[in-house]
Amino acid sequence: MTKDDLVIRIGGESGEGIVTTGEVFARIAAFTGLDIYTVRTIPAEIKGGHVMFQLRTAPHRIYSQGDELNMLLAFNQEGYDKHHALLRPDGLLVYNSNELTPPDDGRMHFGLPLNELARQIDFMRGKNIIAIGALVKFFDLPYEKARQVVETHLGRKGGELLRQNLVALETGYKYVAEHGYEEPPFHLEGPARERDNRLVISGNQALSLGALAAGCTFYAGYPITPASDIMEFLAAQLPKVGGTMIQAEDEIAALAMAIGASFTGARAMTATSGPGLALMIELLGHATATETPVVVVDVQRAGPSTGMPTKVSQGDLRLAMYAANDDAARFCVAPVSVEDCFYQTINAFNLAEKYQLPVVLLSDQDMSVRMETIPPFDMSRALIEPRLLANLDGNGRGKYERYALTESGISPMSLPGMRGGQYTAEGLTHVPSGAPDYTPEWHRAMMEKRFQKLRSARPDIQRWRMLEEWGDEDAELGIIGWGSTIGPVREAMEMARAHGIKSAAIYPKCITPLPDEELRLFIAKHPTVLVPELNYTGQFAHVLRARYKQDFIRLNKYEGVPFLASEVFEKIKEIHMTMERSLFMSIPIKEMV
Amino acid sequence: MAIQIGSAMISAPVKLAPNEYKSEIKPIWCPGCGDFGVLSSFYKAVSELGIPPEQMVVVSGIGCSGRFPAFVEAYGFHGVHGRALPLATGVKLANPDLVVCAVGGDGDIFSIGAGHLPHAARRNIDITVIVLDNEIYGLTKGQPSPTSPFGMERKASPYGSIDRPINPIMLALTYGATFVARGFSSRPKETTELIKQGIMHKGFSFIQVYSPCVTFFDTYAHFKEVTAPLPADHDRSSLKAAMEQAMDARTLKLGVFYEEIGPSYEDSVRELRERAMAKPFDLQKLMAAFRV
Repeated sequence: MTKDDLVIRIGGESGEGIVTTGEVFARIAAFTGLDIYTVRTIPAEIKGGHVMFQLRTAPHRIYSQGDELNMLLAFNQEGYDKHHALLRPDGLLVYNSNELTPPDDGRMHFGLPLNELARQIDFMRGKNIIAIGALVKFFDLPYEKARQVVETHLGRKGGELLRQNLVALETGYKYVAEHGYEEPPFHLEGPARERDNRLVISGNQALSLGALAAGCTFYAGYPITPASDIMEFLAAQLPKVGGTMIQAEDEIAALAMAIGASFTGARAMTATSGPGLALMIELLGHATATETPVVVVDVQRAGPSTGMPTKVSQGDLRLAMYAANDDAARFCVAPVSVEDCFYQTINAFNLAEKYQLPVVLLSDQDMSVRMETIPPFDMSRALIEPRLLANLDGNGRGKYERYALTESGISPMSLPGMRGGQYTAEGLTHVPSGAPDYTPEWHRAMMEKRFQKLRSARPDIQRWRMLEEWGDEDAELGIIGWGSTIGPVREAMEMARAHGIKSAAIYPKCITPLPDEELRLFIAKHPTVLVPELNYTGQFAHVLRARYKQDFIRLNKYEGVPFLASEVFEKIKEIHMTMERSLFMSIPIKEMV
Repeated sequence: MAIQIGSAMISAPVKLAPNEYKSEIKPIWCPGCGDFGVLSSFYKAVSELGIPPEQMVVVSGIGCSGRFPAFVEAYGFHGVHGRALPLATGVKLANPDLVVCAVGGDGDIFSIGAGHLPHAARRNIDITVIVLDNEIYGLTKGQPSPTSPFGMERKASPYGSIDRPINPIMLALTYGATFVARGFSSRPKETTELIKQGIMHKGFSFIQVYSPCVTFFDTYAHFKEVTAPLPADHDRSSLKAAMEQAMDARTLKLGVFYEEIGPSYEDSVRELRERAMAKPFDLQKLMAAFRV
């Protein structure tokens, strides 16, 4: 049957190559011209535990993971038990018939004897590649393209492993063709594009490329899921541009090193997840006090404590925005998608450098690991804002004022090596020269100077388009969100529109400072506002309520998995029905939802 | 005439008197504090080495010692408690042509920041750490520190401290520091010499300096009695000899315990970079690798 979009989920035991199966199959789909969007949950342990990989593929841009399954591929009993409820009534269950015998439930079933087939070709490790071959047939993808992808990604040319993988691919493909599916059950009408410029990329990869495009030359990090691959990516690339990647002894040291490097003029970054950010808080405040530019990436995962290292959350907003001893001016930037990770990383660097403050960049586990097809990066948006450097006469002594008070709050900075620019970067309250001083007037002046920079940055935040807004101008219902919930929200709004419900949405990508003008206007235009978030307390809703003195309807999910479009849609429907009733009974909606 | 100071290439040494390395900020330490002696030795050492103030960075943490950078005419970084070493590491890595010194107290380097010492040492990064060891927390008014003697009675240890002190020299040797020395603030000439040698040493230099706290733990007389120079025939290239001297609990030896000449972290970074740069970097090409 021809579809305009297909969702397949693969479930099995960690170590069976589930993620490889999914990723390679996703690449094949992309290579044939389709768009892809993946989601995966893996156990935090290295071996053992259940792995789930889901791929949504379509001949058009995709914004969320997909709510229901067209196909479930179960490698074992657990893979069936955990996921079969999500399989559509007209969906197809494919299972490893050497491992399980699912009950007849009226849906299409296909047993694939993976162990037996692997034994026949004497390649027991190749079960997952056989499965890829089968999927290619089920989805009616061109075999030749599949072969090319396997050649590129699964072994060296002329090597034994590649030969075995190709045999496995063919084995799976043929088995399906010869056992009942000469005519494939699914067909996606792909756009007739040949090799194109789209990228298949994850959020962490896009973010790392963004850092390089932004002129990053120094990275210090400490291993933590799900941020470690940023460190690994930059370890390979930074030395090529004369830069440095150093694996620090802990997260505190990582940020300290980045700050030290930035003090000398390097564009510096560190990346971590929530537990690491928690450790960095003291130094983050120090970067504020010493006005040292630095980018701190937090790839959020579910917490508190160790929580679920391989699962998503938006629970670090408060930590990122506010955590500090006393008030510490800093920027907080939140990309909304894999593609956006690239652009917002550039913006984060530019904000840090131009305004000489730390920037926390909030990504999340979902965005960081999922592979997606995206348009090529627009390098015209990759402009580098330099740091304002001091203009020293070369022999002056004692005149240079590192923390000079200015209208914008930005003071020209000297760098070690610049003669006459000597100063001590000072975490104690100081006067413009940097000399410690505890008088009330100076403490007040320096606090105001640093916060002034957030105000001074507003025009740049507008100019750099750190905001997305779309939907029906005249909609009663508005949605204000942040981060990676944008995809499911976008699709939920389309579902709503198909049901005659109008809505509009706004996603600020700069959370500190918030685009007040745009948000106030949005709230005025759309009297009923929903704030969906992947956290328990509604952290962003609290921020909005405090700032705009209004209550908002919340939708909170805290399960370690992203929103489904249908979940958001159900909420929109519920609000819509309440709106109609409230109109009738003239009760404020807020009191009803 | 360019000269090499450790791993840093200095364009031209300057001729500045020790006094000219004094910043406009006057030290706020208690009169008689050992830190004055160390600071004078530091002025003298960098003056004799001719280090241009703009090519020197002094990094510190928190404590009485934390104020040290502000008193030096150089670039300074007054960090947070315990983090002088990773801050200095970032500075040095980003610009290896700077002479980088980290200054801290016994609380800073051996307690809250103790986790950084082994790593800075094992990397053999070319920074000189000077520990102003007064065997007490002075700034917070006299609590026992990791080097305080067993049994020390203070407000925080009213029944006598039951924590045993560490041996900093043995630690530094064990961690792989390639220059390990000990001085005493009342012996300024020798301390100046140690700082000079530590800065000139290419690699991680660890210098512990006894720097008595006149207000909360006056140990001047004690250290005068129990310290003595290392024997004239001490072999500083022998780790074993250094360990033996460091283990002497009766006489606390002063001087250079150990020095190992070899490549520093900067050399490894340079070598790694050269290998990486063999293939020219091209962002467009890197991005193209992600095409479908």
